[in-house]
Amino acid sequence: MNEVTLVGLMLYLAALGELIAEKAGVLNLGVEGMMAVGGVAAFWSGTEFGNPLIGLLIAGIAGGLLALVHGLVAVVMGADQVVSGLALTILGLGMSAFLGQDYVSLPAVPQFGALPLGPLKDLRIVGPIVFNQSWLAWVAVGLGISTWFVLERTRVGLGLRAVGESAATADAAGQSVVVTRVAAVVAGGVLAGFGGAYLTLNLAKGWTEGVTAGRGWIAVALVIFGAWRPGRTAVGALLFGGLLALEPRLQTFGVEISPILISMLPYVITIGVLTAFSIQARHRPSAAPAAIGRAYRREER
Amino acid sequence: MSSPPAVELTNIWKRFPGVIANAGAELRVQPGTVHAVLGENGAGKTTLMNVLAGVYRPDEGTVLLDGVEHVFGSPADALDAGVAMVHQEFRLIPTFTVAENVALGSAPPVLRRREIEEQVADLAKRFGLQTDPRREVWHLSMGERQRVEILKALWRDATILILDEPTAVLTPAEANELGRIVAAMAADGRSIIFISHKLDEVTRFCDEATVLRGGATVAASLPVSSLDAPTLAELMVGESTLVSQRRVRNNPADPDQPVLSVRHMTVHDIHGIATVDDVSLEIGSGEIVGIAGVAGNGQRPLADAIAGLATPTQGSVRLEGDELGGAGPNVRTDAGLSYVPEDRIGVGLAPRLSVTENAMMRTYRTMGAGPMVDFGDARRHCEQLIDEFNVKTGGLDAPIAGLSGGNLQRLLVGRELATSPKALVAAQPTRGLDVQGVAAIQEVLVAQAEAGLGILLISEDLEELLALSDRILVMREGRIVAEFDAETATRAMVGEAMAGSASKREPA
Ligand SMILES: Nc1ncnc2c1ncn2[C@@H]1O[C@H](COP(=O)(O)OP(=O)(O)O)[C@@H](O)[C@H]1O
Ligand SMILES: [Mg+2]
Repeated sequence: MNEVTLVGLMLYLAALGELIAEKAGVLNLGVEGMMAVGGVAAFWSGTEFGNPLIGLLIAGIAGGLLALVHGLVAVVMGADQVVSGLALTILGLGMSAFLGQDYVSLPAVPQFGALPLGPLKDLRIVGPIVFNQSWLAWVAVGLGISTWFVLERTRVGLGLRAVGESAATADAAGQSVVVTRVAAVVAGGVLAGFGGAYLTLNLAKGWTEGVTAGRGWIAVALVIFGAWRPGRTAVGALLFGGLLALEPRLQTFGVEISPILISMLPYVITIGVLTAFSIQARHRPSAAPAAIGRAYRREER
Repeated sequence: MSSPPAVELTNIWKRFPGVIANAGAELRVQPGTVHAVLGENGAGKTTLMNVLAGVYRPDEGTVLLDGVEHVFGSPADALDAGVAMVHQEFRLIPTFTVAENVALGSAPPVLRRREIEEQVADLAKRFGLQTDPRREVWHLSMGERQRVEILKALWRDATILILDEPTAVLTPAEANELGRIVAAMAADGRSIIFISHKLDEVTRFCDEATVLRGGATVAASLPVSSLDAPTLAELMVGESTLVSQRRVRNNPADPDQPVLSVRHMTVHDIHGIATVDDVSLEIGSGEIVGIAGVAGNGQRPLADAIAGLATPTQGSVRLEGDELGGAGPNVRTDAGLSYVPEDRIGVGLAPRLSVTENAMMRTYRTMGAGPMVDFGDARRHCEQLIDEFNVKTGGLDAPIAGLSGGNLQRLLVGRELATSPKALVAAQPTRGLDVQGVAAIQEVLVAQAEAGLGILLISEDLEELLALSDRILVMREGRIVAEFDAETATRAMVGEAMAGSASKREPA
């Protein structure tokens, strides 16, 4: 049960990052690549310095730097966001495989440790699910709440959402579209890097090529599932996390469903949710940021 | 000399790829007045205002506010200098509340919704603007959205407010209300620039008027009392570049044999405004029916609806008596209806495709067998077109983007006529062409009419309409407001009907 929360929150970190970028109108399909780079960076630096916190910070920087590439190409230069994002995934996976060559199947030394919550973690059911988590899990929850607060309750969030809904409107109101978008994309990369760190240090407990195994894509799907809201995305993260954690264990429970089918479920659910949205969108504005995927050039019509 | 003008734009030039939107435009607005900027669609009004509002950087020219020169790098700079613009396409975020839209860009670091909503409500009350700050904008009518836009400007305490065709989306009652608000703001010491091409609004709401044509100022700061419909039409539309002789045709039109008939057609735009309002017309075999009107009075949606590119809310189109109903463009082409759209590139032709590919667009389905296209066939077809219509190209496989306007139009018109249609809708077929180009297209149209083609000719060039048409219908605000026999009609008569006042339909 511990693992459901662990996988869920790892997905949540990456999804939250993607949510921030998409709220600003930038689709970043490079999550998988940013997670991989974050993962290898955390593994390397965590082992090197024997400190998971340093690992986390380096992973965040690595993810952020990779995202900056997307920011420059897709936002500043206005290239196609889908193409640039896919390129980022390929680049990130390649880079992480190259950089991680020497670390393959070394055991991870440091992990994000549990908070000393004393007897709480011995509670039945809630104990392992809620209270026997590492401090990074609490950071993830805190980041979710602060993301919600910043988006909904601050000037920065208002401007960011405006840029994602209509860049021309935000521009006319004096909000810098390029600065906002690049900042959002980089923040998204930092969080994807955190997700990668969580993955290699606490979940996989080691580095192998392809350790991300499509979890970055699930994070992208999660944002849709969560209707671009931090709270709903958290629910989706735990649900998808449950599915992923369960997948390798079903057989041991004697359930006769192919694990391949289970691993498809997040995407099937996402397609279902998308369909529901588009039906809803006939009567009201869609939940998706209206300007997503579209570059903005002021003098162009 | 009294105080300097609130706004002084001098010699503004702005070029876009292929168009000169502003060619030395000038504008001078006195403080505390409402200043009309007039001109037909494409005259460069919006571009000039975007320059003033910091959205576009001019290629040349200076912007002075209260006598001080400003160089705006972004809309934020212009806002800081007190210039706010209400764009024709509103700049509002539908999923934000009214208060959020108003506060956007100048909100406190942490939003206290209640507080902002109260402040917005207070401001609205002060200027008599009815609105609910808590409602999300997508619920609101166009009139309410416009009030939100004006609130945005007041929130920033703009001293210069630009309204780009503000009444285009309003009901007459809402337009009157806007007039009252504008007057209140001017009385408050602000300067308002009011873009319109409706004479009655200009005379009621504004103090002075500047007229733009072809990107340049043709009349500056006229007192509105000196304006009347014919003068205004003359100023806005101008003299035709080509003095056309009335072209005499050999076989006279036969209005008793209608090839194309439109009955009670109404078209609504996405905002629910009726852009075409109960239009009926008939075109006989060999007849050219001209549609005159200031651009933006429903000509384009009418043409699109007849050609099957827009869905009318009401009405029917018949070709030789056969109802076309909801048939798509290709069914219409096959039935014998062709269309030369106003946007040559984009709607008419695909700029990156080759000459051959563009030439075959209407007929490729019958070239070759099954799913395969016979490109040999297509080339022969293209060569024939080029030959017949005298198109000069840089090679059949080159993208058409390199062709001149005149050659593009010859290719387009040729392609549309190659299917031997019974009726043709031609929208602005000679706009922007050089003298030979204009003459060539006009000759083709006349020759086709002589051969029995019924033509609906939509044009902003009055000389052209008078020279080519049998009858001229005048469109204003989506309706046909007058009809003239082109042989006896004069520029003045048609011009007056275009600008307003004459609203009865004369018998032809
Ligand atoms: N952003 C742009 N890119 C390219 N062409 C433009 C742009 N804005 C305006 N134009 C062109 O400039 C000309 C003037 O347009 P505009 O200023 O919108 O006229 P108006 O507001 O008087 O109708 C038109 O031919 C238009 O197509
Ligand atoms: Mg305009």
